[in-house]
Amino acid sequence: MPLAKRIIPCLDVDNGRVVKGVNFVGIRDAGDPVEVAKRYNQQGADEITFLDITATSDKRDTLLHVVEEVASEVFIPLTVGGGVRELKDVHNLLNAGADKISVNSTAVFNPDFIKEASSHFGSQCIVVAIDAKQTQWLDRGDQRDRWEIFTHGGRKATGINAIDWAIKMADYGAGEILLTSMDGDGTKAGYDLKLTSAVSSATLIPVIASGGVGNLEHLIDGVKIGGADAVLAASIFHFGEYSVQQAKQAMRDAGIEIRL
Amino acid sequence: MQIAVIDLGVGNLRSVEQALSVVAPDANIVVTSDTGVIAQADRVVMPGQGAVGTWFKALRERELEAVVRASLAEKPMLGICVGMQALFEHCEEDGGVDGLGLFSGSVRHFSNFHGRANGDDSPRLKIPKMGWNQVTQNQDHALWHGIADDSYFYFVHSFCANTASENGPNITYGEADYGHNFIAAVGRENVFAVQFHPEKSHDDGLKLLKNFTQWNG
Repeated sequence: MPLAKRIIPCLDVDNGRVVKGVNFVGIRDAGDPVEVAKRYNQQGADEITFLDITATSDKRDTLLHVVEEVASEVFIPLTVGGGVRELKDVHNLLNAGADKISVNSTAVFNPDFIKEASSHFGSQCIVVAIDAKQTQWLDRGDQRDRWEIFTHGGRKATGINAIDWAIKMADYGAGEILLTSMDGDGTKAGYDLKLTSAVSSATLIPVIASGGVGNLEHLIDGVKIGGADAVLAASIFHFGEYSVQQAKQAMRDAGIEIRL
Repeated sequence: MQIAVIDLGVGNLRSVEQALSVVAPDANIVVTSDTGVIAQADRVVMPGQGAVGTWFKALRERELEAVVRASLAEKPMLGICVGMQALFEHCEEDGGVDGLGLFSGSVRHFSNFHGRANGDDSPRLKIPKMGWNQVTQNQDHALWHGIADDSYFYFVHSFCANTASENGPNITYGEADYGHNFIAAVGRENVFAVQFHPEKSHDDGLKLLKNFTQWNG
């Protein structure tokens, strides 16, 4: 009876609404976050992730309120991210009912933040989110697959190699990695399995695959080929193509340990 | 009925409080670090997250060790996660920390039991262990009532108590498998404690909490 692989519906929240973009731009409304979260909870989601995609300080209160409301009705783990800059942000989100806090840009500017946050609150609640894009490192003259990480919701390149970064973040105390392929995000072409597999085998902490799910086969591939510990998806669930329950059944039918 | 949830200022207690208020709407649920409130409460929940060393430091700073020991001796108590690990004699975490010693044995890092440490080539497992694991109910207990054997519960931890501890099998009420079998639920008289998070384990977790609110130890 190994640990079950997790299915995590992701709610990108903008100003109190669930939205969904394609390749990080082009937004479509997907409903009220509390209602959406309740629906996924009923369908058997293993966890729910909220990402505040615009993450300005004035919207922070909106997100705290959403987290509070969801946490009072949904008794499965909640991960919240977007615009986390200080230990106080982590504290406020945990107090609002989040179980795990996802950090992206701040980790890049100040890697020690991950050390501080994980030693203060415990590794189990610090998730490092990595947005990565396949890139050619022309100056290095080798042909291996490489990925570069981006910050600011995918708007700023960093020059940092995604695999090296994942290893460093695990060393700094991150408890989990939320790995999004920017090439795949919103395209429905499937996860970047090479990227997922490279990060998953390079670190000893759990890896959540994200970005690009278009069908249930992609979720299965994320675990079986990518070696992911959890698979995250948004649009296939938001717009009613598949229920979480259907996704879980398909994964179990494929021989994956799943909580039904 | 008053239920005290011990607040050590570490981790998120809101989920525990809200889950209890859903399963026991008539109970007075108090998240507190007040000795008097804990002493007066009918039941006590002892949650915990993060590092056990930090947990004990907060327990001592808030001068709660005596009231916790008194409660362990006399009223229904539920330990959760680090609140379970703290009941053992010793925890390896933070360079080694003495526990409350209600159960003998040591809480150890998962890596002690995996792969090469185990003398075999079993697969490398991710730590922290994070996710849903089936729990086998070794013995009947009031807190298991209405919960099917081998139900899934949500775990987040890097340290665990081995089922092969010096206590023998009689204290183990539930076990789960992550490279080796470890204690998922442990109990003695008026005390029940779980390694998983019932407040995050959907309907089965809520059922366990409801059973606790109706259990007289």
